[in-house]
Amino acid sequence: MIEDRALDRVWLAGVRSQFPALAQTMNGHPLAYLDNAATTQKPEAVIAAVSDYYRSANANVNRGVHTLGQAATVAYEASRATVGRWIGAAAPEEIVFTKGCTEAVNLVAATWGRRNLGKGDVVLLSHAEHHANIVPWQMAADATGAQVQPVAVDEDGLLDLEDLRRHLIEGSVRLLGLKHVCNALGTVQPVAEAVRLAHEHDALVLLDCAQALAHLAMDVHEIGTDFCTMSAHKAYGPMGIGALYGRFELLDALPPYQGGGDMIRSVRFEKSTYADLPNRLEPGTPHVAGAVGFAKALDWLGGIGVEEADKHERRLATLATAGLGEIPGVRIVGKSKVKVGIVSFVADWAHPHDLGTVLDQHGVAVRVGHHCCMPLMERLAVPATVRASFACYNNEGDVDALLAGVAAAHRIFG
Amino acid sequence: MLDDLYQETILDHGRKPRNHRKLPNATHRAEGYNPLCGDRLVLELRVEGERIEDVAFEGCGCAISQASASLLTTEVKGTTTALAVALSQRFRAALTTDETPEGLGELECLLGVRNYANRVKCATLAWHALTSALETGSTVTSE
Repeated sequence: MIEDRALDRVWLAGVRSQFPALAQTMNGHPLAYLDNAATTQKPEAVIAAVSDYYRSANANVNRGVHTLGQAATVAYEASRATVGRWIGAAAPEEIVFTKGCTEAVNLVAATWGRRNLGKGDVVLLSHAEHHANIVPWQMAADATGAQVQPVAVDEDGLLDLEDLRRHLIEGSVRLLGLKHVCNALGTVQPVAEAVRLAHEHDALVLLDCAQALAHLAMDVHEIGTDFCTMSAHKAYGPMGIGALYGRFELLDALPPYQGGGDMIRSVRFEKSTYADLPNRLEPGTPHVAGAVGFAKALDWLGGIGVEEADKHERRLATLATAGLGEIPGVRIVGKSKVKVGIVSFVADWAHPHDLGTVLDQHGVAVRVGHHCCMPLMERLAVPATVRASFACYNNEGDVDALLAGVAAAHRIFG
Repeated sequence: MLDDLYQETILDHGRKPRNHRKLPNATHRAEGYNPLCGDRLVLELRVEGERIEDVAFEGCGCAISQASASLLTTEVKGTTTALAVALSQRFRAALTTDETPEGLGELECLLGVRNYANRVKCATLAWHALTSALETGSTVTSE
């Protein structure tokens, strides 16, 4: 055990030193960055990959005959293949680059949703969904006459499989939208079981994998999902890039999402025809540097080991949970047995925003608020929570800083 | 630094907000909502002629928003609607510009919020509601 910890420390020091943003002070304290569920910091390898792309490989893709343009196209398509391999896609064409999860959900809702939903159809969403997996479906429902219905979750945000089954039996459910990992509470959903149930009733499944990507090894075929969405910036990659995975035959049947260059086969004023996948769904000049950085982030995370990272983060979350439990009036929100390294909590002596400000003054960055999950917060009967979310580079010092900050807040407000 | 923000007056009003109740026979009412944090409060006033006879608020939120709403009620009760609107403007200007504020009285304890840009809206929420209640009587947000 002691040897394990010694190895842990060596491993951790090696990981942590690769993140330049962590080596700064904040309000007179070393930065304890615990807002990783909002976005992670970036390792040198990713920063260098983006920078190197612009320094030596920058050209527009899929056009022209010059060598640099070809090199950029190769780098872009290699990145697509890396993302596809990471989640076990059958072919790179099953990966469509987007701005992130939000655009990926909007893409499916606006194309598959508007084409396939009709009056009386139901889109099921867990009560814990992020706004990004609710609002696009409401927009599609408004346009088609379909209905959006919530599936119950328990007080830990865990999906109620019985309620899911009931909805699937009762309604004409066309799609289930589900977060793999709850960004607000850290709860890991029983996705394979949910997918199996949905498929038994001929409903498709879209998994929002925003929070899962950096913490759980994923295989879309093992899970059996039809669509899944990713944001690079929550997994050590750049902002403004992400991806939609879709089974080839589903994506291939989608109408275009947006029109423009690159997504066409031919354009005539009478009628245009569209390109094959994935170009058909990627109009305009894509975020090539972002895609390159995204792939580098996944390679980097693969080198660290996503399971090792998750184990380390859960250990820190357990320490934080235990420490917070010793401060009077503090209550952990979301105590599911299967969680990633996220600790959400409230204090009966202070509002989360006041806690957040005190923590910030102690150099601790956390998220306070509703975490873009207003329906879940209402279900849990809390207006907001404080969320500390861990990444592979966090250490016990960050946990100590969190606990010291909350204790200081207790001295002010308690 | 934190002592500037969480002064004793603020902590006191935050813990024990004054006039935190429903107001019977209210003549003016507005809801303040901050979508960023989800804080929501309802401000009610009973105005007779030009005079604010009574004022109260309901809702929960952070120490800053509760203290600011509580201080609002103690400051504007008994004054005229015109003076209350002017005070609201002066207070909000004091938090959002570099102007040296005058005549803020006890509200000066909230000026520490100026050093915390993302908390200014907590302090102005109730005051937006006040202006809205007196001018239009509608729901407002602090966005």
